[in-house]
Amino acid sequence: MTGTHLLEVKDLTVDFLSLGGSFRATNGVSFHVDAGETLVILGESGSGKSVSASAIMGLIDTPPGDICAGSVAYRGRDLSSLSEGERRDLNGRKIAMIFQDPLSHLNPVYTIGWQMEEVFSVHGVASGGVARQRAIDILRRVGIPEPEKRIDQYPHQFSGGQRQRIMIGMAIALRPEILIADEPTTALDVSVQAQILELLKKLQAEDGLAIIMITHDLEVAANMADRVIVMKSGRIVEEGEARAVFENPAHTYTRTLINALPHGDHEAPPKRGRPAGKPILEVRNIDKFYTLSSGFFAKPARLHAVKKLSFDVAAGETIGIVGESGSGKSTVARVLLGLNEASGGEALFHGRDILKMDRKELLAFRRKVQMVFQDPYSSMNPRMTVLDIVSEPWRIHKDILEKPRWRDRVTELLGLVGLNPEHAARYPHQFSGGQRQRIAIARALACDPELVVCDEAVSALDVSVQVQVIGLLAELRDRLGLAYIFITHDLPIVRHFADRIIVMKSGEIVEHATTEEIFRSPQHAYTRQLINATPKPKWQTAADAA
Amino acid sequence: MTTSADTPETKVSRFQVLRLISRDWLALAAVIFLLIVVGCAVFGPWLVGDLIDKPNFRARNMAPFDLSQGWTYVLGADTLGRSLLARLVVGAQNTIGIAFCAVLFSVVIGGMLGLIAGYSRGAAGTMIMRGADIVMSFPSLLLALIVLFSLGPSVTNLVLVLAITRVPIYLRTTRAEVLEVRERMFVSAAVALGANHRRILFRHIAPMVLPTLVTIGAIDFATVVLAESSLSFLGLGIQAPEFTWGAMVATGRGYLSTAWWIAFWPGLAILLTTLSLNILSSWWRTYADPQQRWRIELARSKKGIPEKRK
Repeated sequence: MTGTHLLEVKDLTVDFLSLGGSFRATNGVSFHVDAGETLVILGESGSGKSVSASAIMGLIDTPPGDICAGSVAYRGRDLSSLSEGERRDLNGRKIAMIFQDPLSHLNPVYTIGWQMEEVFSVHGVASGGVARQRAIDILRRVGIPEPEKRIDQYPHQFSGGQRQRIMIGMAIALRPEILIADEPTTALDVSVQAQILELLKKLQAEDGLAIIMITHDLEVAANMADRVIVMKSGRIVEEGEARAVFENPAHTYTRTLINALPHGDHEAPPKRGRPAGKPILEVRNIDKFYTLSSGFFAKPARLHAVKKLSFDVAAGETIGIVGESGSGKSTVARVLLGLNEASGGEALFHGRDILKMDRKELLAFRRKVQMVFQDPYSSMNPRMTVLDIVSEPWRIHKDILEKPRWRDRVTELLGLVGLNPEHAARYPHQFSGGQRQRIAIARALACDPELVVCDEAVSALDVSVQVQVIGLLAELRDRLGLAYIFITHDLPIVRHFADRIIVMKSGEIVEHATTEEIFRSPQHAYTRQLINATPKPKWQTAADAA
Repeated sequence: MTTSADTPETKVSRFQVLRLISRDWLALAAVIFLLIVVGCAVFGPWLVGDLIDKPNFRARNMAPFDLSQGWTYVLGADTLGRSLLARLVVGAQNTIGIAFCAVLFSVVIGGMLGLIAGYSRGAAGTMIMRGADIVMSFPSLLLALIVLFSLGPSVTNLVLVLAITRVPIYLRTTRAEVLEVRERMFVSAAVALGANHRRILFRHIAPMVLPTLVTIGAIDFATVVLAESSLSFLGLGIQAPEFTWGAMVATGRGYLSTAWWIAFWPGLAILLTTLSLNILSSWWRTYADPQQRWRIELARSKKGIPEKRK
């Protein structure tokens, strides 16, 4: 490639101003992309990767944003020299963008057909019947079945994966040359993620698109990238050909990231003596229906969320429950903690049925079983200090600890989960996601539980932080003899952590075996699909195809 | 954020409030004005109480800023030549007392009922809501007329009527917020810890709703003052020779073209009181929210943007 690149970003420096001072989001970031090529910008949250992409689209609001230095050039033309009208024309027509959450970027009150036709009419390309026909063609191209019928449906009538396909369709509607994809698969299940990545590759091969893909997921990055740049705290720490970066990372940060990957097909999971002993929790034929409200005269529909589920947990044992969204795995957790009622079956904790406990028994039960929730941003009261949050169990269960010793015990617990005990007077919003999850774990440990239920406890965290939190959980298990029920949609993440794995699909257990067996010889097709859904690096697939 | 002083935390924070409020000149002005009003309400009758019903026919409809009758006539005089300044000072007691009690009652009653209505999924919630609907669908002035006519006008009845007619506002707002907060994850987390209903309601839900109620209460203060004056105008509110700012506005209304100051000064007093309450409540709402507090801790330092923060 000689002369000018299709898109070139040079020395981009963006500050965000606030009352509290300025924050440098990116610092001297330079990269370029050419037709038919995929550039992946890899980084964890707060690394400035999204800001870089927004700068290309001119989406940074100034103020509070401030582009201090640098230029963005499209075919050698500096974009900052364009007028607003020219800029708008370029956005969408030549450079298009897709976002992480397709539901919030599609307008819920218009049909998708209306919204796609709008793309054409806004840019004055086509209108009326022509636009409609072109919209149908695009829907077919991005793999929506029966596009003639579905074009008149509303966004909520499509699944998450389909909505992302529609977003991609709208982005490529005007045959842009550059597609910027900001975490396009983060909100999707693994098997759907694989399909979307395939679609992007197919479109790239057909149209010669240049794709700039922003992601925090190393596997997605390896699967898509021709070239990679790795960002940390607003700077590029490493860049190069994908294979070289992944197999031979030069920068220590890249190395930490790659080592943080829970996978690696070769190494066997570390052997842990399977804790023998009586099961502390026995779940027998749990059923859960949700009654859906429906039409005036129609019979109320029922959603069978959990079907005849049975398993047990021994003291000190870790059970992984794996399934995609809608598989009923979170419902199980809520039922076991008595947050939702079950429709049938029994759950025996030390021989007593949780579902039939009276208030006093339930209070005693809740001392022994604790939960760590998915989203550390919402599972703590924003108006309470860490000290109040961690000591709340002792306020509720008055006999655990007398008040004068609370402060010491909180200090001890914060130390145990690897937080600075001096931060006890702070509020949750002053911590990062990983630190918040540590606070939640400290709260769960406050009343010496026997069993901790973790509902997607690490899903909202960055990869390297995920590994740290799981490491912490494993360490606590060994020190305190805890049992875990670890619920996740990410099968590989429990590989080195769980003793046994339950794979759930549509409310049923499809496979239940020890972790080793699941990974060595998965019996059920769905389990195999989950294991194989992990995206393979591009250079490997290319080699396989040859 | 240097609040990590360890032992006497409550003492530190009490001084901190004063220190922070003194840095925000608008909030400070509001506090000072409200302190003056409260001071008038407490000490007013004792200071200038003898002036309020002393007619002075030489000063009839006297224009303000005329010192010929002494400094007490600086704001002018009404149709009977009574000092407006003295009447304002003394009227503060009745005005603030009635409005404050009425707003307080309606916030407390409406807030409590709203918490119950939002939190309970049973019949109690429905009954409370239908009760609120009945109160709301009844013209509030008519309700007040009926109650005051049958019970007889007195300050207690006045407060009661004003409070009851305002309750549905707080009730509905509280219920709507509780419905939202109740579904938040930290409430589930508290349930999973074994917290009982009282704890969840008062430790986790109520603190999230309170700032909204206080804000509405501050705005509502003016409405209550004026509602009280219209009742007084109809002869069912406060009875002469007692009076309030609202009643002063009502009597001055007839002389707006000839002696505007009779209605203007009490109107201004109502306006400034409400404005101060609004400023203060909005300041407090920011202060009470840990995620927002940095704004007032850093704001108005008038040095532009402070040093880089992490």
